[in-house]
Amino acid sequence: MTIKNGFWRRFCRNKGAVIGLAVLVIAALVAILGPWLAPNDPWDMVERPFLAPMGGPGMLLGTDTLGRDILSGVIHGTRVSLLIGLISTVVSLLIGVSLGAMSGYFGGWIDAALMRFTELFQAIPSFALAIVLVAVFEPSLGSIIAAISLVSWPPVARLVRGEFLTLRQRDFVAAALLAGQSTPRIILTQILPNAISPIIVMGSLMIASAILLESSLSFLGLGDPNAMSWGYMVGSARTVLLQAWWMAVFPGLAIVLTVLAFNLVGEGLNDGLNARADGRTK
Amino acid sequence: MSDFKQSAQTAESSGPVLDIQGLSIRLPPGGDRELAVTNASMTLMPGQTLCVVGESGSGKSMIANAVMGLLPVPKVAPVAGRIMFDGQDLLSLNEEQMRTLRGRRIGMVFQEPMTALNPLMRIGDQLGEVIDSHVDLPSDEKRKRIIAALTDVGLPDPELLIEAYPFRLSGGQRQRVMIACALLLEPRLLIADEPTTALDVTTQAQILVLIKELQQRRGTAVLFITHDFGVVSEIADYVVVMQTGVAVESGPAAEVLQNPQHPYTRKLIAAIPGGQLRKPNAAPDAHYVLQVQDLCKTYRSGGTLFRKGREVQAARNVSFELRRGETLGVVGESGSGKTSVGRCLVGLAPFDSGRIVFNGRNLAQGEQFRRAAAGKIQMVFQDPYASLNPRHRIGAAIAAGPIAQGVSREIAMARTAELLGLVGLGADAADRFPHEFSGGQRQRIAIARALAMEPELLVADEPVSALDVSVQAQVLELFGDVRKRFGLAMVFITHDLRVAGEMCDYIAVMQRGSVVEYGPTHEVLTNPQNPYTRQLIDAVPRLSRKPEPEVAA
Repeated sequence: MTIKNGFWRRFCRNKGAVIGLAVLVIAALVAILGPWLAPNDPWDMVERPFLAPMGGPGMLLGTDTLGRDILSGVIHGTRVSLLIGLISTVVSLLIGVSLGAMSGYFGGWIDAALMRFTELFQAIPSFALAIVLVAVFEPSLGSIIAAISLVSWPPVARLVRGEFLTLRQRDFVAAALLAGQSTPRIILTQILPNAISPIIVMGSLMIASAILLESSLSFLGLGDPNAMSWGYMVGSARTVLLQAWWMAVFPGLAIVLTVLAFNLVGEGLNDGLNARADGRTK
Repeated sequence: MSDFKQSAQTAESSGPVLDIQGLSIRLPPGGDRELAVTNASMTLMPGQTLCVVGESGSGKSMIANAVMGLLPVPKVAPVAGRIMFDGQDLLSLNEEQMRTLRGRRIGMVFQEPMTALNPLMRIGDQLGEVIDSHVDLPSDEKRKRIIAALTDVGLPDPELLIEAYPFRLSGGQRQRVMIACALLLEPRLLIADEPTTALDVTTQAQILVLIKELQQRRGTAVLFITHDFGVVSEIADYVVVMQTGVAVESGPAAEVLQNPQHPYTRKLIAAIPGGQLRKPNAAPDAHYVLQVQDLCKTYRSGGTLFRKGREVQAARNVSFELRRGETLGVVGESGSGKTSVGRCLVGLAPFDSGRIVFNGRNLAQGEQFRRAAAGKIQMVFQDPYASLNPRHRIGAAIAAGPIAQGVSREIAMARTAELLGLVGLGADAADRFPHEFSGGQRQRIAIARALAMEPELLVADEPVSALDVSVQAQVLELFGDVRKRFGLAMVFITHDLRVAGEMCDYIAVMQRGSVVEYGPTHEVLTNPQNPYTRQLIDAVPRLSRKPEPEVAA
């Protein structure tokens, strides 16, 4: 109990993190309740095209080139963006943590081989790789998530490897070895819990960058054509930016707010989790 | 102004150098007590040494930092009292004025010589910096002063040394540089905060002699902070004993040491190990638990295909035997290879050649070693803060070993509760996390964890060196108890001959990877054959001060 309270106390000391968390909670609610909140179907042409914000009844944020409701688009885009951010982060954490853990724990040639493999991915510009991957497979939610995961795990592997390298030298790991505990057990129950704080912090920042990456892909026209996402909306506004600023601004604002919120929360998590990370604090 | 100088001059000639009256230092709210130091008073005369003794958390270092003006104000700040230095109240000075005193009139030596020097600065430059910030000297004069200071502290080849970087120097040499640095401008007062704690005994003895000698030559007053009564008896003229921020006893060193008045002082002095040498068992058990033959272990580093790397022989033909219920002490200074031998014995480190026979079975290397030992060889580690997983509850940490060996959860938990009681902790400790326990309690938990495996051999690697003396005595007692109760064979690795003498039946003295002397404790300690052993024994600070040899006129 005391640990939890301490965590909250430290987290809440960071005002930005609390604001970020509030924004995220709202975003999550919008994502879940989207279909009921949105006044229209985001694909339906409900008004005349290029309607300015507040230009017509119920058209708060205006309409796009085809007369589709921007507000409904932003609301529906929340679900797509958050979904892509979360799933791709979980997948890349899975890859990164397992490779990093093996690398750091076993060391030697296993470490060397895995790290060269990691560097292979790090040497290629990640956005270019993502474009190629999505272009090779059909642009769909699945392929976008796969591409984002594949380009964002190497930093996780590096981080986890570093944590494991130092943690496995600790005496409590030696004690577990002497007690005859199995290797997977030592990795999962002895070392991983002590490395979890930086992983969580990194994860929150990765969700933000995954959302950005998806937006960038959609902006280039490599988004899922069947999913209304923020990046897709900004992308389709590109050609008419001077006539209809609102088409790009509102989904863009949604991206900025969400990414900023994830970054703020990541920083707050860092403050909250760090204080007792090494257990030396009495 | 001239008036002030006049009074300072007179104070210098007769009065005390340092006179602390009723000093209280506040801790930040939420600490374990309100005041770090409560109403402490002490007086230090020119040319004398005042030792402030106490256990960790007693506030002794706070006093040193308050004198230097190094307290982290405003969180920790003096709230009452005066610190008179040469007739001037240091607490009333501002930062600018303090800076002119620091280094010039007051010198300080810190505990950790390895981190006290800037690793990127040559030794000469570091000392030169002290001169530059206080006086303006031409560079050849400066160089002369620095070389003289380095010669004074007994460092070899000072001409070459000023060009060297700190990493080339050993811990003892670095501490000599720090002392040279502190005494460079001939301060009136030298503050030494545990200056020998991080050093080996023989180095410690040399540094203590050096401080004493320099002090006699220059008449510097020394404020010496330490936790070790042995060191006190070597160096102190006056002693102040601190307990939780209160000076409980003070007086001339001989008086306090021989006739302590306060119960806390008495407890501390009684807790110093080495009162009695352990006699070996008259009827030894016939069963050999451990036989080690010609164990060799070499560390190689930095080698490439074309160049041979650095080789360090951590163990060279180490052999010994251990019967059930016996304890072998492995003693030596840092770098002697004693820890490496310990890690080989439990199978945490591979060895190059030789045999380790456990209960008549030859143990192979690595993974198989630990499987063959089946948890019957256990280890207690040096640092109780690093040896317990901060994320695991105590109960789970202790029970995990037996469960991994196939004992059922209920039996393991029952045994855990029993063992926690045995090591002097309540059964409710099982549900708590390591950070809720003190260092001594954690070491008890570590012992319980080792015992949970029902070991036949226990290797203890410096298990009490991170603990305060009074806690140390309790943990040693616990080791004695469990050894008797479980008939354990123990390998006790320590740098402290006093601890070894109290705990062990046999002693193996290691130097640079070799066992230079091996035999029953009382023989090794009372009649050492090897010169290195003799040197080690002589270096141990003793409570009874040897009569000073008459100084030849």
